[in-house]
Amino acid sequence: MVEAAVAMDHAGHAAPARGLTRWLTSTNHKDIGTLYLVFALVMFLVGGAMALLIRAELHAPGLQLVNPGFYNQILTVHALLMVFGAVMPATVGLANWMIPLQIGAADMALPRLNLFSFWLLFFASVLLTSTLFLPGGAPAAGWTLYPPLVLQSGSAFPVAIFSIHLMGASSIMGAINVIVTVLNMRTPGMTLLKMPLFCWAWLITAYLLIAVMPVFAGSVTMLLTDYFLATSFFNPAGGGDPVLYQHVFWFFGHPEVYIMILPAFGIVSEIIPTFARKPIFGYDSMVYAIASIAFLSFIVWAHHMFTVGMPVAGQLFFMMATMLIAVPTGVKVFNWTATLWRGSISFEPPMLFALAFLFLFTLGGLSGLMMAIAPVDLQYHDSYFIVAHFHYVLVPGAVFAIIAGVYYWLPKWTGHQYSVRLGQWHFWLTAISVNVMFFPQHFLGLAGMPRRIPDYATPFADWNAVSTIGSFVFGFAQLLFVWLVWRCARGGERATAQVWDGAHGLEWTVPSPPPYHTFATPPELR
Amino acid sequence: MSHAEPSPGSAYYFPHGSRLPFYGSASLFVLMAGAAATLNGAAAGGWILGLGGVLLAGLFFAWFGQVIRENQAGLYNDQVDRSFRMGMMWFIFSEVMFFAAFFGALFYTRQFAVPWLGGEGSKGLAGLLWPEFEAGWPTNGPAALGPRADGSFDVMKAFGLPAVNTMLLLSSGLTVTIAHHALKSGQRALLKLFLALTFLLGFSFLSIQVYEYGHAWHELGLQTGTGIYGSTFFLLTGFHGLHVLIGAIMLVVIWLRCLKGHFTPRQHFAFEAVAWYWHFVDVVWLGLFVFVYWL
Repeated sequence: MVEAAVAMDHAGHAAPARGLTRWLTSTNHKDIGTLYLVFALVMFLVGGAMALLIRAELHAPGLQLVNPGFYNQILTVHALLMVFGAVMPATVGLANWMIPLQIGAADMALPRLNLFSFWLLFFASVLLTSTLFLPGGAPAAGWTLYPPLVLQSGSAFPVAIFSIHLMGASSIMGAINVIVTVLNMRTPGMTLLKMPLFCWAWLITAYLLIAVMPVFAGSVTMLLTDYFLATSFFNPAGGGDPVLYQHVFWFFGHPEVYIMILPAFGIVSEIIPTFARKPIFGYDSMVYAIASIAFLSFIVWAHHMFTVGMPVAGQLFFMMATMLIAVPTGVKVFNWTATLWRGSISFEPPMLFALAFLFLFTLGGLSGLMMAIAPVDLQYHDSYFIVAHFHYVLVPGAVFAIIAGVYYWLPKWTGHQYSVRLGQWHFWLTAISVNVMFFPQHFLGLAGMPRRIPDYATPFADWNAVSTIGSFVFGFAQLLFVWLVWRCARGGERATAQVWDGAHGLEWTVPSPPPYHTFATPPELR
Repeated sequence: MSHAEPSPGSAYYFPHGSRLPFYGSASLFVLMAGAAATLNGAAAGGWILGLGGVLLAGLFFAWFGQVIRENQAGLYNDQVDRSFRMGMMWFIFSEVMFFAAFFGALFYTRQFAVPWLGGEGSKGLAGLLWPEFEAGWPTNGPAALGPRADGSFDVMKAFGLPAVNTMLLLSSGLTVTIAHHALKSGQRALLKLFLALTFLLGFSFLSIQVYEYGHAWHELGLQTGTGIYGSTFFLLTGFHGLHVLIGAIMLVVIWLRCLKGHFTPRQHFAFEAVAWYWHFVDVVWLGLFVFVYWL
């Protein structure tokens, strides 16, 4: 099979174009995957720099660096860039690289559409970032863009809305591509329930994307017409309701958080079996759990809105439905743990990050369970407890899984083994600082510190200072990661085809780095 | 007709790179920047928007032109065909969800927001804002927003022009199906005739809608600013109308392809994709007719 994969250029496949042309025009899934990953890394650093600015401002009570208006803008753009520019594109990049290799396909099913998704995302991000420099500044209502606050934005407002439309279009095209690839391009014999769990996680994520990105487009379109065409969707004087926006937004927004975490589940489900040297425990139940989480994500949205005033029946329903999510999520956590049980475990960087994911994501999930309880959520709502919760599921959750995935597949992509010692340094600095940064925010929130403010009362000073120290260590530790990836791309010890001795699956049967075109003839499954 | 029937066993066709995705993304960037500038009242906004539109039209010509050429060259096997089918189906599903957002807004305001403003139910507290407001539908809200000084407006009656439009669209669903059967049984003349009828019905629908909009805007006091009724009315019917326009243009394109002798009784994905899209537009209209105009 390896020979078959090497001798791929027989069908007249073109070699990569030279220079910049390659990156502007290549429809090769590996090139597009690289584009997405590099783009996500850049956005992660840009959004991270914004986060450091936020934390620097919050280092001590009082205003020291930025004015409150700009604080709100940078907060909003940080969130939007991290969600739509960093986490989502990183998982799309991994999907592009790995799905065809994992299912034995020569490429994604719709290669031109694939490249279109990437460049659309790029231009949309340019539009979004440009809002910071337009008159009146970027939208300052947080990533949720709630009216009526967001309707006070300046001339950047339509630019931000249109950038969201373009990002949505990009995501939908990308999702269609993933679905078609997974359903139509698998090598003969690879039935759906023989597919690697990363492909399963992405297949279901793609359905979520197709279902909710258009709803997000619709909700921001209503904002746009309220602003420019005098419509009354969110204006009670005309018979509308600002709470309507929150419903439509969170119908998108809640599945959106699973769009960010399901691919992470998929990555971790690949890594833990490899380094525990055991097959995943309960493969089928893992698939059903992802599907159940995806289904439940559509009927829990109003748990973000317990304080806006909702009929009690509504609060009860959304509380119960939300708590149900703990069941399939628990199935996954226990299955990962059971995979570790009596495994022959080794602690290379991908496994370290995956294990940290297992512990810290669970922690974030449990604080989510606390907030699902409507009566107590009235206390947590819009406090730093929420900030701590969603950063726990997004940073040591989604971001750790993405970093784990990069460490796992990097030798496959580059053909070089990186310095495991350096990766371990990166891990320990990151894993310790992430807790120093976010754990105190639980205390701040429970003590009553509200989110989205540049200044706060003095009793909150100490834990804020601790959190800021954590954030700077975290931020600069990531430069280690950038350096490691750069060095690994440039050279190093040759990696074997299998890379990790416990790795199984089609992606480990092609050489490292894989030839430009792989699996021109579908591989046979053992 | 020089259409090469692809052999089912041949390899999946992958393009060797393309400039169109970058060009298309840049075009959309120009279009959106132009739209934003226009909305902000910038002097050059209209020109940038127009340039974006021209660039985007160029993208469609180039992209679909290339796909059609590749198809006519017989590069697409059955597996490629299946990819296209799945892609189109899920694209239409995403469109359904786009309309779902606006239907959701309509149902929410009618079922919850407006009655609460009238003081009903456990959230009737909102009624304290305007104690004299009587909830009902259609409404332009407690402040009676709209163009007329007395705050009144007239509704668009369902069983006038909208009913005619319903008949037009339903008939067009029938004619496109007849055209499809004609294509499958090789009756090309019938195919061309009924396909032409379909898009003519589509354009008639649009003409009536344009007239209806003018009537509503100038005579009924019904505008986008006429409270929540005007908002839902124009956004729902407006986005639907836009989709009818897109669908009708797609129908014209495949009609022209039929005139050039494209499509075989077995291989005609583009035709079917357009037909699916047209039926989708049809079904959305039925929802609009019932929930926006009638009930």
